[in-house]
Amino acid sequence: MARTADVTVIGAGLVGAATAVGLAEAGLSVDLYDAEFPGSGSTGAAMGHLITMDDTPAQLALTAYSCQRWRVLAPSLPEACEIDYCGTLWLASHPEELVGVRDRITAFAAHGVRAEVMEERRVREQEPNVCPGLAGAFWVPDDGVCYPPAVARALVDRAAALGAAVHSGERVTAIAPHEIHLANGSRRPAGAIVVAAGVHSPELIPGLPVVPRKGHLVITDRQPGLVRSQLIEFGYLHSAHALGSASVACNIQPRRTGQLLIGSSRELVGFDGRINRVLLNAMLERAAKFVPAVNSTRVLRTWTGFRPATPDKLPLIGRWPSLPDLWIATGHEGLGITLAPGTADLIVAGITGRPAPIDPSPYAPDRTMPTMTTAVA
Amino acid sequence: MRRVRHADVVVIGAGPAGLAAASAAAERGRSVLLVDQGLRPGGQIWRHRDEQALPSAARRLMARARNAGVKLVSGCRLVDAGSPNELVIDFRGRIDRHQTDAVIIATGARERFIPFPGWTLPGVTGIGGLQALLKGGLPVADTRIVLAGSGPLLLSVAAAVAQAGGRVQLVGEQAGAAALRRFAIRVLRDPAKLRQAISYRWACRSAPFRTDTWAVRAHGDGRLQSVEVSERGHLRSIRCDWLGIGSGLVPNTDLGQLLQCQVEHGAIAVDALQATSVAGVWAVGECTGVKGDEAATIEGEIAGRAAAGDAAGAGSTALQAARDSGRRFGRLLEETFAPRPEVLALATPDTILCRCEDVPMRSVDPGWTPRQAKLWARVGMGVCQGAVCGPSCTALFGWSANTVRPPLGNPSCGEWKSGLDSAD
Amino acid sequence: MSLGVTLIVDGVPRRADANATLAASLLAAGITAFRRDLGGHPRAPLCGMGTCFECRVTVDGVADVRACLEPVRDGMRIETGK
Ligand SMILES: Cc1cc2nc3c(=O)[nH]c(=O)nc-3n(C[C@H](O)[C@H](O)[C@H](O)COP(=O)(O)OP(=O)(O)OC[C@H]3O[C@@H](n4cnc5c(N)ncnc54)[C@H](O)[C@@H]3O)c2cc1C
Ligand SMILES: Cc1cc2nc3c(=O)[nH]c(=O)nc-3n(C[C@H](O)[C@H](O)[C@H](O)COP(=O)(O)OP(=O)(O)OC[C@H]3O[C@@H](n4cnc5c(N)ncnc54)[C@H](O)[C@@H]3O)c2cc1C
Ligand code: FES
Repeated sequence: MARTADVTVIGAGLVGAATAVGLAEAGLSVDLYDAEFPGSGSTGAAMGHLITMDDTPAQLALTAYSCQRWRVLAPSLPEACEIDYCGTLWLASHPEELVGVRDRITAFAAHGVRAEVMEERRVREQEPNVCPGLAGAFWVPDDGVCYPPAVARALVDRAAALGAAVHSGERVTAIAPHEIHLANGSRRPAGAIVVAAGVHSPELIPGLPVVPRKGHLVITDRQPGLVRSQLIEFGYLHSAHALGSASVACNIQPRRTGQLLIGSSRELVGFDGRINRVLLNAMLERAAKFVPAVNSTRVLRTWTGFRPATPDKLPLIGRWPSLPDLWIATGHEGLGITLAPGTADLIVAGITGRPAPIDPSPYAPDRTMPTMTTAVA
Repeated sequence: MRRVRHADVVVIGAGPAGLAAASAAAERGRSVLLVDQGLRPGGQIWRHRDEQALPSAARRLMARARNAGVKLVSGCRLVDAGSPNELVIDFRGRIDRHQTDAVIIATGARERFIPFPGWTLPGVTGIGGLQALLKGGLPVADTRIVLAGSGPLLLSVAAAVAQAGGRVQLVGEQAGAAALRRFAIRVLRDPAKLRQAISYRWACRSAPFRTDTWAVRAHGDGRLQSVEVSERGHLRSIRCDWLGIGSGLVPNTDLGQLLQCQVEHGAIAVDALQATSVAGVWAVGECTGVKGDEAATIEGEIAGRAAAGDAAGAGSTALQAARDSGRRFGRLLEETFAPRPEVLALATPDTILCRCEDVPMRSVDPGWTPRQAKLWARVGMGVCQGAVCGPSCTALFGWSANTVRPPLGNPSCGEWKSGLDSAD
Repeated sequence: MSLGVTLIVDGVPRRADANATLAASLLAAGITAFRRDLGGHPRAPLCGMGTCFECRVTVDGVADVRACLEPVRDGMRIETGK
C-alpha cells in the first residue's frame, strides 16, 4: 500500500463511523478498520435511544450538543435507520422523584432542550397503557430513537463515498508509533491513529480505564401503538449512575417497526454474554409494573451487549499520551449512540486544530478520575 | 402461579425417536415426561387424528410408552431452559418449571425451502406441510395438486394426497435420474424401505413422476392458480390448487443450541451413545441428522437406555450397528437430494428471502455473514427467528446457522417471565 | 368428515371437524389470507408444523396464535388477515 492515510480509525461502531465521516468531510484521507463489520459491536446491540442526560453538567453539555447534531444528520439517513422523534417520558412513581425537576428544566433550556413536567392525567392521555397512580412525569419531546447498526452502515458508506478506505473483517492487534499491526500479520503505516474500538479498546491501549458493562434487551413482536414515547422510570438515573452493583430499570422503547424494545439492566461480569435470568426477570417485572400490557406482548428474542464504561461515567475523547498522534474516542457507556456525532466533532477539531464546538476538557482521556476499583466499590 | 416439578428424564419431541427414548428410560424405572407441541404424539411421520389408522409400528410404540408409564403431554412447548436441569414448559398457557437430571432432545427436522418467484402465495406449502395439513383435516378431494421438490417425502405425500382423493398433476423430483438410480439400488437392498416405496408409488400410480423437474414460478392473484415447472429442460405451466415444495429436510437444532450443545454441519453432534457435548443432554432422531424413522427409533432406544444409566444396554452391538446403518443412509439422502445449481438460481432480486420480515433477495449480499445480514437487512429477525430463511441462506450462500437466544417459540412476555428465576 | 363444532371466522359462523386443526379448518372454509405481510399481501400456512409462523391468526382475542398447532373448539372466534 503506497499511500499513508492522514488518519487511521480503528473500530467502525457508531463512534468510529461518525468520526471517519467527520474526518473525511474535513478533507483528510482516512483508513477505517473493523474486526468484523460496521455496527457489529455494542452498536449492533444497543437500544438506539437519542437521549439528553444530565447526571453531570458535562454529560448534559455533550448529550445536548450531540442531539442537535443528530437533528442535522437525521434527514439525510436512509429509511432503514428508523429515525423517530418519539420523545422521552421519565415516569415518576413518587412525588419526591420530581423534586428538583424545575432546576433540570432550566438546565436543559440553557442548552436549547425543551422539557416539561407532565401531570398524571396528561401522562395517561399520551400513554393510555401506562399504569395508573404515578406521581407524574418529566417530558423531553426532542429525544428520539434510531436503529444503530443501520446508521453505522450508512455512515461508513458515506465515509467511503468521501474517499475513506474501509477495511471490514480486519482486526488490529497492536498499535505502534505511526503504524498498526493486523491479525493477518501485516503492518500498515499510519498518520494519526484514532482508537474507537469500544469495549475492546483496552486491548490496544493497556491501562485504558474502560470496562464492559453488560445489558440485556428484549424485543417483542409487532404491536403498534401500545407505547408511543420512550418510557423510562426515574430510577434509571440511579441504575446508570451506580457502577458497582447489578441493577435494572424500566426502559421501554417503541420501534418504528411497531415492536417494543425492553431494557434495561446493568452488571459488571466481564465479557460473559450469557443471559442472567434472575436479572432479566427483575427487568421485565419493572417494565410490566409501569406498562402492564407488556405482559401480553410476544417475545421474539433476548440478547446482551456491553457498554464501554469509565469510572466517572464520562467518555474518553481526545489525545492519549502514550504514543504520538494517538487519539481516543470511547468510554460512552450507555450513551455512545447519542454521543457519536458530538464525539466525532471533538476528535475532528482536535486533529485539525480547529476550535472545538464545546469545551472538550471534561472528556480528556487523561483527566484525573477515580480508579476503576474505587469507582466500583 | 409457577410450579416447580421434577422428572428424572424429560424428552422433548414425541416422534418415533422421542417415543422410543421415553419408553426405554421409563422401562428402566425412571420417571419420564415426554413433551410435544403437536396436538397428538407421533411427530411428523405419525401425525394423526385417529390412532387406529396409524401403522402398526406406530401403535406399538405408543402403547409401549403408555405401558411403561411415560407421562405424555401434547400441545405443550419448551419455552426456555436456564440450564439442562431447569426447563421452562408452557402447558397450554400455564408455565411450569421442570427440574430434571437428563434431557433428551428429539425435536426432529423441518423442511428446507429454496426461494423462487411466487413461493409466498397462499396455496404454496411445504410438501411435508401439505401432508401435515392433510392429516390435520384439510380436505383435498378433487383439488389439483402439484408436488415439486426433493427427497423420499415426495412419494409418500403424493400417495397420501391421492388416497384422500386429490388429483396429483405432477410429482417433480429435482434430483437427476442417475442420482436417483443410485439411491434406488441402495433402497432395493432394504426390504422394508422397498415395500414402502412400492406401496407409495402404487397409491399415486396415476400421477406422473419426473426426475430433473422443479417449480420455477408460482402464479396467482391472492392465491395460487398455476405453477410453471421446468420438466427435464422444458418449461410448462400447470393449473393447480396446491403446490407442495421443499428441498429435503434439515435438523431442528434450536433447543440443542439453547442448551449450548455443539452443532456440526447443521446437526446436533452426538457420540456413540447419542450424548451431546453437554453433560446430561442426549439428542436423537432427525435433529442429529436426517435419516428416517427407523434409524430415529433406534437412536431413541440407545439414548433412553443411556439416560437411564444403562450404558451396556445402550452400547449393544445390534443397536449400534443398526444406528450406524441409519447414519449411512442419512448421508446417502443428503448426497442424492442436495439442491441443484439451477434450483439455487431461481430467485430473482424481488423474490422474498426472509418471509417474516419481507426481505427480498436484492437486499442481501452473499459475501456477508449471517449476523451482518440480520443486523443490516433484518434477515432472520422475525418471529420464526430464521427457522425458514436460515436453511435457505445456508444452501444459497453457505452461511452458518443462526444463533439461538431465548425464549423459544414466541411466548407472551408474561408467560415467559413467570418461568424465569426470581431473586427471592 | 364429522362436522362437529362451530367456529366464528371473521364474524361468520362455520362448521368444522372437531378433530381438525384450526389451520386445516380455515383452509377448508376457503380462508386464504391467514395474515398479511408488511406490504399487505396475503400469507397462509407453509410448514404445517409450527416453525414458519405463516398461519398466525387471532383466536378469542389472543393475537399471533399458530393455527396449525391449535385444536378447534366450539364457539372459537377467529380473526384472519391482520
Ligand atoms: C443493552 C445496551 C443498550 C444501549 N442503549 C443505548 C441507547 O439507547 N442509546 C445510546 O446512546 N447508547 C446505548 N448503548 C451504548 C452504545 O451501544 C455504546 O455506547 C456504543 O455503541 C459505543 O459505540 P462504539 O462505536 O464506541 O463501540 P462499538 O459499537 O462496540 O464499535 C467498536 C467496533 O470496533 C471494532 N473493533 C474492536 N476491536 C477491534 C480491533 N482490535 N481491530 C479492529 N476493530 C476492532 C468492533 O468490531 C466494533 O465494531 C447501549 C448499550 C447496550 C449494551
Ligand atoms: C434496535 C435493535 C432492534 C433489534 N430487533 C430485533 C428483532 O426484531 N428481532 C431479532 O431477532 N433481533 C433483533 N435485534 C437483535 C440483533 O439481531 C442481535 O440479535 C443483537 O444485536 C445481538 O446479537 P445476539 O447477542 O442475539 O447474538 P449474535 O448476534 O448471534 O451474537 C453476538 C455475540 O453474542 C454471543 N452470543 C450469542 N449467543 C450467546 C449465548 N447464548 N451466550 C453467550 N454469548 C452468546 C456471540 O458469541 C457473539 O459474539 C435488534 C437489535 C437492535 C440493536
Ligand atoms: S403453518 Fe408454519 S407455523 Fe403454522
